[in-house]
Amino acid sequence: MLAKRIIPCLDVTDGRVVKGINFLELRDAGDPVEIAKRYDDQGADELTFLDITASSDNRGLILHIIEQVASQVFIPLTVGGGVREVEDVRRLLNAGADKVSINTTAVLNPQMVADAASRFGSQCIVVAIDAKKVDNQPFEWEVFTHGGRKATGLDAVKWAEYMASLGAGELLVTSMDRDGTKIGFNNPLNRAISDAVEVPIIASGGVGNLQHLVDGVKIGGADAVLAASIFHYGEYTVKQAKAYMAQHGIEVRL
Amino acid sequence: MKKIDIAVVDYGMGNLRSVSKALEHVAPTKTVLVTSNPLEIAHASRIVFPGQGAMPDCMRELDARDLRDSVLSAAKNKPFLGICIGLQMLFEHSEEGDSLGLGFFKGNVKRFVAADMKDDNGEKLKVPHMGWNQVYQTRHNHPSASQTHPLWRDISDASRFYYVHSYYVKPDDEQMTEGFSEYPNRFTSAIAKDNLFAVQFHPEKSASAGLQMLSNFVNWLP
Repeated sequence: MLAKRIIPCLDVTDGRVVKGINFLELRDAGDPVEIAKRYDDQGADELTFLDITASSDNRGLILHIIEQVASQVFIPLTVGGGVREVEDVRRLLNAGADKVSINTTAVLNPQMVADAASRFGSQCIVVAIDAKKVDNQPFEWEVFTHGGRKATGLDAVKWAEYMASLGAGELLVTSMDRDGTKIGFNNPLNRAISDAVEVPIIASGGVGNLQHLVDGVKIGGADAVLAASIFHYGEYTVKQAKAYMAQHGIEVRL
Repeated sequence: MKKIDIAVVDYGMGNLRSVSKALEHVAPTKTVLVTSNPLEIAHASRIVFPGQGAMPDCMRELDARDLRDSVLSAAKNKPFLGICIGLQMLFEHSEEGDSLGLGFFKGNVKRFVAADMKDDNGEKLKVPHMGWNQVYQTRHNHPSASQTHPLWRDISDASRFYYVHSYYVKPDDEQMTEGFSEYPNRFTSAIAKDNLFAVQFHPEKSASAGLQMLSNFVNWLP
């Protein structure tokens, strides 16, 4: 049967992989190819690269990283961050990305998601949804953009359905309330979205221990779990995470 | 013309870099060429026929580049590896856009129907079928030393390969099936006939098991 996936997420800025400590003090985490290879060796099912480059001048540098990684690591690679037009998607795919994740642009210009999916296929279009629990709306979770700073007035569950209907092949759901907290995924949010759509969802935001990964699948209904810090700081290896999930009855690729 | 060991057929549908990089990785001494030139396809020793996106678009783009005859001729005559839509296009018809395929094999391409699909825990199974699934190798009763196809050499039965697709092939001739997976029902994920082998999953994205299959293909003498 199909395995649930574990996806380490790497932040990239100005062409280097960095580790952030509370989103400040970014420090160089080493060679992107070496890091990608290490996760591949540990059994990562896919890798996600998030381009957090602030200036548009240096944004092209991610292409170079993806080219290097794609010639040596043979598992699926997803790239997100700063994807604004169909041409950006084409450039990333040509560099060796297998999937491209679209976030803010999907809100500003939903047609771009439809255009990219019809041109390159739904299999390579991931829509990233950043959601936060709100109490000033007739729904529970609202979509935010610009790294969680801008409210959109959109219901995250309805938005997920709409994005899937436009051709998103997968949804990356990040709980902005949980991101960086290490208290676990927002399982009610993930469950609501997973139940509402046909496409796979990746749970993101809040992982602090291995039980959180198990809960993300069993309670939240996630098809894949994404985590950054628990792997980067060497708290756990991907292999340990998979062994733990397997012990708890989750099908994984060992 | 320069010797071409492996030609990857490019008809403008998606990224072929992964496939060519993976082939170069397992066969560093071979010439790997991504091409849409019928002469180069005719000239190459081996053919890889990939495909991404929707099958109707793939068929249209293949014809727009006048590659139908080259592909069919290669499928008859030399070691040929179809991948994903490259497998599906070999059949007669797909439910995707109600489109005709190349008709090289008898059979159809069908869609997973998400509404009917649940796993053992009662959870809904998602479409596309995306991620790593076990591939069970078909054992035949032919008298050769190995009971499985040479492209499975040094790959354990039930190894996991990476999939991303919403449609699967249903060959008329069950004997063609060299591998299958379950989602939740059994579906054909590898077929073979003479010099041709084709798979639904992506060997170029399937880590060591996938690289082993590509290496087996590069060394295959059907």
